[in-house]
Amino acid sequence: MTERVVIVGAGQAGGRAAEALRAAGYTGEVVLIGEEAHEPYERPRLSKSVLIGEEPAVAACMHPREWYAAHGVTLHTGARVEAIAPKSRVVITADGERLDYSKLLLCTGSRVRPLPGAPDALAGVHYLRTLEDSERLAAELVPGKRLVVIGGGFIGLEVASSALKRGAQVTVVERQATLLDRVLPAEIAAQVASLHATHGISLRTGVPVARILGNGAVKSVQLADGAEIAADLVVIGIGVIPNTELAETAGAASADGIVVDEYCRTTLEDVYAAGDVTNHHNPILERRVRLESWQNAQNQAIAAAHNLAGKARPYAEVPWFWSDQLGTNIQMVGVAEPGMQIVWRGERLAFGLANGRLRLAVGFNMGGEIRSARRLIEARAPLSPQRLADSAVRLKDLVTEATCSASTP
Amino acid sequence: MGWHEVPGAHALGEDEAMGVVLNERPVALVRTGGELHALHNVCTHQFALLSDGYVEDGCIECPLHQGKFDLRTGAPKAPPVTEPVRVYAVKTENGKVYVDLDD
Repeated sequence: MTERVVIVGAGQAGGRAAEALRAAGYTGEVVLIGEEAHEPYERPRLSKSVLIGEEPAVAACMHPREWYAAHGVTLHTGARVEAIAPKSRVVITADGERLDYSKLLLCTGSRVRPLPGAPDALAGVHYLRTLEDSERLAAELVPGKRLVVIGGGFIGLEVASSALKRGAQVTVVERQATLLDRVLPAEIAAQVASLHATHGISLRTGVPVARILGNGAVKSVQLADGAEIAADLVVIGIGVIPNTELAETAGAASADGIVVDEYCRTTLEDVYAAGDVTNHHNPILERRVRLESWQNAQNQAIAAAHNLAGKARPYAEVPWFWSDQLGTNIQMVGVAEPGMQIVWRGERLAFGLANGRLRLAVGFNMGGEIRSARRLIEARAPLSPQRLADSAVRLKDLVTEATCSASTP
Repeated sequence: MGWHEVPGAHALGEDEAMGVVLNERPVALVRTGGELHALHNVCTHQFALLSDGYVEDGCIECPLHQGKFDLRTGAPKAPPVTEPVRVYAVKTENGKVYVDLDD
């Protein structure tokens, strides 16, 4: 049989993996299978420029359709893989087609978490994940609309920001006491809350949604404390669920994501995984993570492609994330952990330390400094909180010191 | 048109960038490896000043989304940037730094 890599999932990770297989010199067949109708696209702008109406949704596509054939990638869109038979090395599609593989890469991504009890067919109620979701929502976001965003995570807050720019009246409801509860320490998240409040977005934190009311079309959102917020539009953004079922059914280990090692290998022979769907060990942070980010979708997929092509490449990067909201570029490197020591350097840059080592940095319009912070996290050297907080000490100088001390035995 | 002096360029340290406006055009001046480079200061991906970015390994990294440009050629070196940024010639004469806007 011809050497063939089959990639299941044609999102950003799947697309980047196909591209990187060719860049790594892989000469076998590459087959990329995706359930959505589109060629691979990146999602960041779906909650930003597309919603604002600055760009068409198709601008998110990574390459035009012709690119795939021209690079020897067979792209099947609108095709669902039903099962994997790892012993016979075959994937089976919903149409009953059987496709042999030499190596398999799972980039099945994640799907939106449904809000329990949310009515199925109420006009004006949206989730945001796909290109079509973004287009549908953009079409309804017109000036004067009253929007309630359920979920104060990054997606919800970006939707709130874009909707405000479109002239909507926006309320964000978050059941936890603070916004971004899962990803940021409370005192850093408070900075984001103040950004939204300053721009006139109404925030309701610490209260769950009781029900979405309406008859044919949404009319209001009722909160558990009895409050009722009038709504013409509702966007539910309460997180995603990794699409692990295909791998699990085939017998792969799964624990909050498909378990992979640093070479992106699952517990099944010749089956790899990359992107949102993986739970992987991060050697810099020395812990397991599952990351829903642009960086991870791209770079873990590229690492996986190199490993599939026989060029061993461990995936080891400090997690990095950006969000553009209300004219502010928020960037974070590292991960938030309970009990971190928080140190501010001015009002726009915050650090999280554990055991005297930097594990997290969050910047508001501080991209250059965040980049230095990434180096400091990588160095894993002990840092003085006083010097981190002192704007007179250049972060770049701290990087030089930390990398020198890290290389000293 | 032609050569424009960059005031304050002597203060630029190694691996540092500064943003200036020359003839109404935003320009980033960067010193790395002892050499000076000049490039259009606005990222080709979204609006951000490259002079606020990180200089490393002969590249400047956009502060917004970490796309990278080669300082010598302006070529895109890391996603999400795909379009090159314009670069300009630089010369130093009598301790003064000049950029050729070539317009």
